[in-house]
Amino acid sequence: MLSASDLRKGLKVQIDGSPYIVTDFEFSKPGKGQALYRCKMRNMISGNQLVKTYRSNDKFEKAELDERKMQFLYNQGEEFHFMDTDNYEQLSLTKDQMGDNINYLLENMDVEVLFFDGKPIDITIPTFVNLTVTKADPWAKGDTSGNDTKPITVQTGYELQVPPFVEEGDKIQIDTRTGQYVTRVKE
Amino acid sequence: MRAAFFRCIRSFFYDQGFLEVDTPLRQPVYLPESNIVPIASEGQYLQTSPELCMKRLLAQGCDKIFQLSHCFRKGELGRLHLEEFQLLEWYRTGCDYTQLMTDCQALLRFLHATLNSYLASTYASDDKALFAGIDLTARWQKLTVADAFAQYSPIPLKTALDTGSFDEILSEFVEPRLGTDVPVFLYDYPHQLASLARKSTSQPSIAERFELYIKGVELANGFSELTDELEQRRRFEEEITAIHLHCGRNVVMPERFLRDLGKLQEAAGIALGVDRLFMLARNCTNITSAVSFAPEDF
Repeated sequence: MLSASDLRKGLKVQIDGSPYIVTDFEFSKPGKGQALYRCKMRNMISGNQLVKTYRSNDKFEKAELDERKMQFLYNQGEEFHFMDTDNYEQLSLTKDQMGDNINYLLENMDVEVLFFDGKPIDITIPTFVNLTVTKADPWAKGDTSGNDTKPITVQTGYELQVPPFVEEGDKIQIDTRTGQYVTRVKE
Repeated sequence: MRAAFFRCIRSFFYDQGFLEVDTPLRQPVYLPESNIVPIASEGQYLQTSPELCMKRLLAQGCDKIFQLSHCFRKGELGRLHLEEFQLLEWYRTGCDYTQLMTDCQALLRFLHATLNSYLASTYASDDKALFAGIDLTARWQKLTVADAFAQYSPIPLKTALDTGSFDEILSEFVEPRLGTDVPVFLYDYPHQLASLARKSTSQPSIAERFELYIKGVELANGFSELTDELEQRRRFEEEITAIHLHCGRNVVMPERFLRDLGKLQEAAGIALGVDRLFMLARNCTNITSAVSFAPEDF
């Protein structure tokens, strides 16, 4: 059991049978009053936000979560299929569960699949991924419009802003936490 | 600047004829308050405030005393809380809590003026103003707890007290609205929320206690001291029972404190969070920016 004083950003707790992650946390204690722990939490399955204030005597069940390394195979419409390379077990997640991750996912990519109560609920992909630029307007030399970025599309269909020197066919590194361009990668 | 700030505080109290005192940080007993948890140290406790010793000094004959001391409260860690923090406490005999409000005004105005001229002589003029956005020289606001609830709370004060949600309402709906342009004294607390304060003679349901707020930050807690030994013993007994029931801790009755309290005439005392005051003076929003070493610096 966890108590309110264990609450902190990133802690995963179980509320009414669902796993929640604490996304924001503030301790307050009005003069001579009780300690209050105000939390913003996200339901790790539905994505719903929850704001709640707890007191020191409140108790929590830790959310039992497992992670397994799996390989992305392919997607069929809204279903994304993964395989455990040790025992060849396969499973799928929905597009909603995948969230922004679909922007960076390539076939055969190794990811961590998160399980709650034996069911897959989320994946964690590498922080940096290298993707090929499939569409980019050429850089007009002498462009003095003052724009120091331009929009491009990478092989997953994801669009982002990059410096003007990036060209079609280049491989670029993207930070999957922010979705932003990091650098151009040499083959 | 931090050094100048502390020097200013001391010179304010010296100028007013206060005696600076120095009491032990580690003591075998503490005042039983159910919402404050002390940190144990080799069978004794680090002080949660210098209140116990300072009131005993008053009872033994001091009349105007102040102290700057480090205090420790277990598990208090947040934007405005550190487990180790510094309190400025001062006590006076022969007066009630209204005198302490006057002291607060005088102290903060003195600090503001003195530090401003110090800054002007030391740093380039681009240094930001102290207490930006707060007018310390204007008339400070006074608001009773009852009026504050009537204005800001979604539920009546009585309901909040009956349902035990006073603290939640206060921190969510009331505090953020206090002291946005001038400092505010929130005063006259329901008596059950002030275990060491004297009840008002004209209105026994309230205690002569106040809190000072600036920019929604609770800065100081002052009250007319309860000097009735028997009444204090009865309140401590309730606290000790509540602490044992909710936290399983056994608290020893501070007998010698009670004995001295019986000798005390009318008095008033206040605790002001100096880290928070310094934070506000510098226009910061996190207490860690006001101390030399925050927990994460180790």
